[in-house]
Amino acid sequence: MSAVDARAGARSADTVGAGDRPPPRRRRPRHLREYLLFLAFIVPNFFFVIVFAYWPVIYNAYLSLTSWNMLAPVKEFVGLTNYTDLLTDGDFLGTLRITVIFVLGIVLGSMVLGLAIAVLLNEKLIGRGFVRTMAFAPHILSGAAIGTIWLFIFDPNYGLLRPIFGVVGLASPNWMTSSKWALPGLIIVYLWKNMGFIATVYLAGLQNVPRDLYEAAAIDGSGPWHTFRKITFPMLSPVTFFLVITTTIGTFQAFDIIALMTGGGPGNSTTILSWFIYQQAFKAFDAGHAAAAAMLMFVVLIIITALQARFLERKVHYR
Amino acid sequence: MTTSTVDSPARRSSRGGRVLRYVLLVVVACVVLGPIYWLVTSALKPTADIYTYPPTWIPNPLHLRWSNFADAWHAAPFGRFFLNSLIVTAIGTVGEMLCATLCAYAFAFLRFPFKKVLFGVLLGAMMVPGHVTLLPNYLTISDLGWINTYQGLIFPGLGSVFATFLLRQHMMTLPGEVLDAAKVDGAGHLRTMFRVVLPLSRPMLITAGVITLVAKWNDFIWPLIVTNSTNMRTVPIGLLFLKTQEGYNNWGAIMAATVLVIVPVLVVFFFAQRQIVAGLTQGATKG
Repeated sequence: MSAVDARAGARSADTVGAGDRPPPRRRRPRHLREYLLFLAFIVPNFFFVIVFAYWPVIYNAYLSLTSWNMLAPVKEFVGLTNYTDLLTDGDFLGTLRITVIFVLGIVLGSMVLGLAIAVLLNEKLIGRGFVRTMAFAPHILSGAAIGTIWLFIFDPNYGLLRPIFGVVGLASPNWMTSSKWALPGLIIVYLWKNMGFIATVYLAGLQNVPRDLYEAAAIDGSGPWHTFRKITFPMLSPVTFFLVITTTIGTFQAFDIIALMTGGGPGNSTTILSWFIYQQAFKAFDAGHAAAAAMLMFVVLIIITALQARFLERKVHYR
Repeated sequence: MTTSTVDSPARRSSRGGRVLRYVLLVVVACVVLGPIYWLVTSALKPTADIYTYPPTWIPNPLHLRWSNFADAWHAAPFGRFFLNSLIVTAIGTVGEMLCATLCAYAFAFLRFPFKKVLFGVLLGAMMVPGHVTLLPNYLTISDLGWINTYQGLIFPGLGSVFATFLLRQHMMTLPGEVLDAAKVDGAGHLRTMFRVVLPLSRPMLITAGVITLVAKWNDFIWPLIVTNSTNMRTVPIGLLFLKTQEGYNNWGAIMAATVLVIVPVLVVFFFAQRQIVAGLTQGATKG
């Protein structure tokens, strides 16, 4: 390989300043063949990615500047009206508020639970491998199935939670039919779905913490909580940041469990941004407002991703 | 059980601490498994055992109601839903893996100007959230007249970023000598790919393939909007259909249908557990 490169380099050096003399014949076709092969190999993938991921962004941005009911032949250009409509609309601001609660609740909750489980599973306990595997499983189950299971668990009369609440003498609330309990209920379901995945990633991180740090701490007489705060948690910070970002992005796009369990209700109590976009587009056929809301979501997610990039950069400098 | 090795601070803790840890482990196991246990037992309980309080924790093995499954199967055209899901998952996975493998090979082994920039462009697509592409893709597929068709269900999912990334990263780690040896043999790139690179990439192909497969089987929002006739629905949409159809009146049948939906994924998971976990946690540990 390197010999070939060297020869190619020598050739190009030869041809420098050779005026318009044609370049050596025998090397060019080989490069050309490799370039063509490269293009042939990436074209299928790039075709689908461009048509179904990049083009939609442009199209969606355009739609967000129009007023269109998805049937009329003409899309009326309205400038930024859709955005100003949304940002002054009480319902939409309510949606944003619910989205923030939903995302914060799920991200913070599943991070804390996931880390706690990871610390526990990092101990040499009998059966921990089994628990780790089982805890991961919900991450790959269909959201529709998870939603259905929990709908029954939340059933106030015959669900699994009634006897559990009964232990402390409480009645299981009407989870999914009460606008007060539906959002916390959904958050619980997502915690259950996420925590095993987060625990698994944290576990890999924990096993990468150098052992001599713990030994040094032990010699210094540091207690478990102190060691965790001063050594374990700081050493895990890159993992924590990665998980916060990916969980946040994933949670913003939560959909299937909501579709099964609440459909955004009761009232608007569980209408998060992703559900709002779906409603506007495919129930209200209001393409403009749906597209504008989607653009807002995109911008928020880009900002969050950019934060991650900056953080990682700082991390590298720090090292 | 050696206590002399210190591998975490908690190892030095007391016997009481160990008991506490096992108690916590059992609690975690119950929280994780409880819903699954509830699902499976409810799917087998006779109706009277479902609508009772306190609940029947352990269904009587002599009176399992297998006909819950038959009820579910007849309440909605689940045979058709499964067929649709199988077709969409199988063709979609093979198609996406083909795109991903070719693309990964090109980025790992072929020369091209501005290759890194192109790879960055590909990775950038990962940042586009599904809800931004939803409406435009629906309009594209609708303009093609592909609503309620397998093409409409499959095509928008064929582009691959994550699987391409996983495969390319893996291919970059293959020892150069193996490839050089293939070159000396005069093997062309197609032969090198099929004879050398793909066999050596088998573990990663399985990882990427299984992750793709599971994602396609579980996909919800795209099949929901790109189909509207019952006979083109996939299995996860079938659950929504069943719920609307049966309401809350027949939990046995609904739970049975849910079991049918998750069993294929669980079977795949238990066979390919290591690969799935490794693939899905890759970004974190390498990031």
